[in-house]
Amino acid sequence: MKIRKIAQSWLGKCLGKSLLVAAFCSPLSLSWAVDLEFYFPVAVGGAAADTIQELTDEYVAANAGVNIDAVYAGSYQDTVTKALTAARGGKPPQLSVILSVDMFTLIDEDVIIPFDDLASSDEDKAWLTSFYPAFMENSQTGGKTYGIPFQRSTPVLYWNKEAFAEAGLDPETPPSTWEETIEFGKKLVKKDADGNVSRWGVRIPSSGFPYWLFQGLTTQNDVILANSEGNETNFDDPAVVEALQYLIDLNKEHGVMAPGIIEWGATPKAFFEGQTAMMWTSTGNLTNVRNNAPFDFGVALLPANKRRGAPTGGGNFFIFREADDEQKKAAFDFVKWITAPKQSAKWTIATGYVAPRADTWETEEMKAYTKDFPPALVARDQLDFAVAELSTYENQRVTTIFNDALAAAITGKKGAAEALAEAQEKAEAILKDYR
Amino acid sequence: MAKREWIYGWLFLSPALIFLFTFTHYPAVNTIISSFFSTPKGRRPAKFIGPENYQALIEDEVFWTVLENNFWFAVGTIPTSILLALAMALWVNSQLKGRTLARMAYFAPTVLPLIAVANIWLFFYTPGFGLIDQLRGGLFNLPASNLLGNPDTVLAAMIVVAIWKEAGFFMIFYLAALQSIPPVLKEAADVEGASNFYYLRRIVIPLLMPTTLFISVNAVINSFRLVDHIFVMTDGGPNNASSLLLFYIYETAFQYWQTGYAATLTVVMLILLSILAIGQFFLFDRKIHYR
Repeated sequence: MKIRKIAQSWLGKCLGKSLLVAAFCSPLSLSWAVDLEFYFPVAVGGAAADTIQELTDEYVAANAGVNIDAVYAGSYQDTVTKALTAARGGKPPQLSVILSVDMFTLIDEDVIIPFDDLASSDEDKAWLTSFYPAFMENSQTGGKTYGIPFQRSTPVLYWNKEAFAEAGLDPETPPSTWEETIEFGKKLVKKDADGNVSRWGVRIPSSGFPYWLFQGLTTQNDVILANSEGNETNFDDPAVVEALQYLIDLNKEHGVMAPGIIEWGATPKAFFEGQTAMMWTSTGNLTNVRNNAPFDFGVALLPANKRRGAPTGGGNFFIFREADDEQKKAAFDFVKWITAPKQSAKWTIATGYVAPRADTWETEEMKAYTKDFPPALVARDQLDFAVAELSTYENQRVTTIFNDALAAAITGKKGAAEALAEAQEKAEAILKDYR
Repeated sequence: MAKREWIYGWLFLSPALIFLFTFTHYPAVNTIISSFFSTPKGRRPAKFIGPENYQALIEDEVFWTVLENNFWFAVGTIPTSILLALAMALWVNSQLKGRTLARMAYFAPTVLPLIAVANIWLFFYTPGFGLIDQLRGGLFNLPASNLLGNPDTVLAAMIVVAIWKEAGFFMIFYLAALQSIPPVLKEAADVEGASNFYYLRRIVIPLLMPTTLFISVNAVINSFRLVDHIFVMTDGGPNNASSLLLFYIYETAFQYWQTGYAATLTVVMLILLSILAIGQFFLFDRKIHYR
């Protein structure tokens, strides 16, 4: 008993960060257990990190012989940077949650392996197909599954019911089309005696990563931004130009949205302050809005134009190539466990992320949660209309080019068609090597 | 005997030299070498491509935008923060009530990490309910502004943050220098009937020149080095209007993973900084009185 304790505490020390200690004790600890290092990002506040830690501890307690060191690695951007830097240095984590759109980058760097390589039994193979297809679009390429959906989201429309009632609109009916957004927006805009706007109709944030919400508009206009091989973009399609013009005209033509670049981070606060009557933002904000909105609010699918539509977003599990067979097997098993209905329900309730499998929504916990709080179902229902988030090879470069074009057009520095044509040309120059 | 001293000399120098070579010279040389190679990707190792990265640099619009932004950022921050630092130092060096408090207040922004400063200013600049808009709306009934969301104003907004952060730091150096000026000089000037302004212009400012050189070298370096607030406030946007050279190097190296091209950008930065530092030393050296 005593020996076991000493060994455990020593093992605990080995899992610490010190490179020197780890180097000395790793041969011994391997004979005791499989060690996994697992990087995870947090994009939505403290509860998420605690929940991941809790779930990991629960798994380790139930599985003797596996040790998982869950490392909080910062934002999505920080996590992929850390994982790639570690991989280049020859010491990647065995497992990481990384933005699903970085899949092509990770393949290009040759640091991840497909889950198919590890799925040996029929049960495992069936498991690979048990996720919502909308989430798998960003997780598969060339017929192989590289990512398992975990912390996934989609943008939805939030509306302020009190503002709707005040403007003489039905507080239970959100706009369901582009035209209605403008029509409702005009009624919702409130001006003071000097003509200064104190409440805007709608707010579609455009800072940082404008492509994501803009992709809602392009999908609704029935156009896809990039092919599923990730080597060809479609930025200069007339339907994309039309969608961008609509976004610009929400301010310029119709005056229902604030001018210039609209900050993503300040958007929920602006909604709480009554500065806007409607906002588009991630379902990841659902718990935040529920806790902080001082008025009755509703959550709805994004409005439609030619069709309904929205992108998916968020992070997937990836398994790294630089791991021994035992570690890969353990990592695979852990991913299977944490995405199982019970664990996934706990995760969804704690954060607001969309549970990635249909059977999670059938658990008692989820049924009780959605009965108490029906808006949580909106994101799931939107998955029927959702498409893959924009993702290509050299993803960061290509999306930056696209983001710059959107920003130039929104701020009036370039026309929509001109900016998008330039972006297409630049993206083409990068992606032609990948065909 | 003479030989032994030679050994001692090198032994004494070696700790500093080893660190200087490991952390400054070796990386710099390595960067220059990398700038002539392609970026290694997965199983494709880096290969020699000659000046191709430099050609790409000349054709890269973003690079020129960023360089121009950095020029205006330097022009906007350096003289203003130095003059402001001097004015503040002169003021808190005089016999005024509560001067410790005033010194502390001026120095406070320096103590804060730039990330925290950026978050404070992000709140100031927030359209609608940020501090600036609350004042504008409350006092003058002006419409909401969007300083960070407009490519024409975003760089100026970032310059203000940098000045706010830096001026207090430079003030400390001026304050120390002012206090080392012997009071007899002031007494002599008073006896001769020199005005305060004449005393400042002909005695104080010349005596502060070594400090000014030190501060201006630092200010130039900072104008290339201070980029943390960009991560928090704008991410270089809209459309690269607030991106600076170092931020672009980070983006290229750690977001786009174009490490070869990032090395090329770093070489440009190295050259720029060397020219500026050497230039300043030569330019100022003649005008400086060292006591």
